[in-house]
Amino acid sequence: MTPSPFLPTGTVYGTLLNFRAELDALAPQMTQPPYKAPPKAPVLYVKTANTWSPHGSAITVPSSVPEVEIGASIGMVIGAEGDVEGFVLMNDLSIPHPSFFRPPVKFKCVDGFLGVGPALRDAQEVADPAGFRVEVRINGALKQSIDFSQLVRPAQQLLTDVGEFMTLAHGDVLMLGCDAGRPLARAGDRIEISAPGFETLRNTLVQEAAA
Amino acid sequence: MKHARVIFEGREHTGTAHEFNGQPDAAVRLDDGRIVPQEQLTWLPPLAPTPRPRTILALGLNYADHAKELEFKAPEEPLVFVKGQSTLIGHRQFTHRPAGVQFMHYECELAIVIGKTAKNVKRADAYDFIGGYSVANDYAIRDYLENWYRPNLRVKNRDTCTPLGPWFVDAADVPDPMALALKTTVNGTVTQQGNTRDMIFDAPFLVEYFSRFMTLSPGDLILTGTPDGVVDCKPGDVVICEIERVGALINTIQGKA
Repeated sequence: MTPSPFLPTGTVYGTLLNFRAELDALAPQMTQPPYKAPPKAPVLYVKTANTWSPHGSAITVPSSVPEVEIGASIGMVIGAEGDVEGFVLMNDLSIPHPSFFRPPVKFKCVDGFLGVGPALRDAQEVADPAGFRVEVRINGALKQSIDFSQLVRPAQQLLTDVGEFMTLAHGDVLMLGCDAGRPLARAGDRIEISAPGFETLRNTLVQEAAA
Repeated sequence: MKHARVIFEGREHTGTAHEFNGQPDAAVRLDDGRIVPQEQLTWLPPLAPTPRPRTILALGLNYADHAKELEFKAPEEPLVFVKGQSTLIGHRQFTHRPAGVQFMHYECELAIVIGKTAKNVKRADAYDFIGGYSVANDYAIRDYLENWYRPNLRVKNRDTCTPLGPWFVDAADVPDPMALALKTTVNGTVTQQGNTRDMIFDAPFLVEYFSRFMTLSPGDLILTGTPDGVVDCKPGDVVICEIERVGALINTIQGKA
């Protein structure tokens, strides 16, 4: 019997602007309205429980949008002592949106918009999360390679900085961020997110049924 | 019925509001039948645990007067942010004010509790999906406001900064949730007054709006925003957020290094 795929038990938090290329791409706008200044603290958002799609499931693309953005990331799963218990691949989908001024709830908290990797990779096996290399394939073609040595706040730093203002509870997940160059995909596409040492996360995109 | 979750003599109990010394709701009738005055109980958020983390949606600028106070024009679409479940605490608990902060304010809000799974709900049917109501105090620490995903989580998602309670009140006992007087007192002085009829986006609108793109589940919360009149709160201040028919939520500010 195949074990049930992993799903979080706590709140899932995502992190914006945690890859150097992503930060650099926005840097020219950061001193302009509406942002006016670069962020001082980690910029987090919540992927609500209605977004969670287990490994292997089909994710519905709303009929109102032609394409969705694939945000491959790795989530740190928090253990009972507030430590990192393990790491899991994540497929953090968004409806593309130009502004980062207001929380993009209707672009990020759409039903099914977070693919969750099939299994935790035990934190004990991981020497340094900076060594993670993640690849995104759409219909088998390589679309993005992500090097986690390029984090603005490396894993431990991110945990420390987030811990300055909130406590992550047992079962919560904190995603390390999504790099620039996030690929777009549409209904019918097969998405694979893979990394050495991790079980590959697969999701397919399907069109919303007519109302 | 007004439902509570409390700890008494080291054990968690559910209970319902009960009259005490002639005062309505001044005690809780525990599940074992004992009647215990409010101040002898340790209060938990009044909602039963859900099988997965509850979704907590919170509205910004949902009262015209508050939007004016903050120098924004009234939004054309709900301004919404999401909170993590672990910011919730119960009635009569303590909220931390970080050291060195200049401006930390309460926000008295009607909390809508979803009663059944809601997806693509029409406005006309929205009340069928509301299980009941509670009072939330959605504290903000304004010093930390930045213009990225504003109001960012450092302002709004802090431990102890979302008191909820005392009661979960069945929807049937709140015939018109869109006409409830609401007020906040700080150390006994009224600082905030309003009425839920002045919401820009009302309860049925919000259920329709959110359920269009996300499935709401039983126990999920919508905090509906706060009217004019927020003031800075200092350690030792006792803040009471009160909503007609729903309850009076007591909370004390505590300094923290």
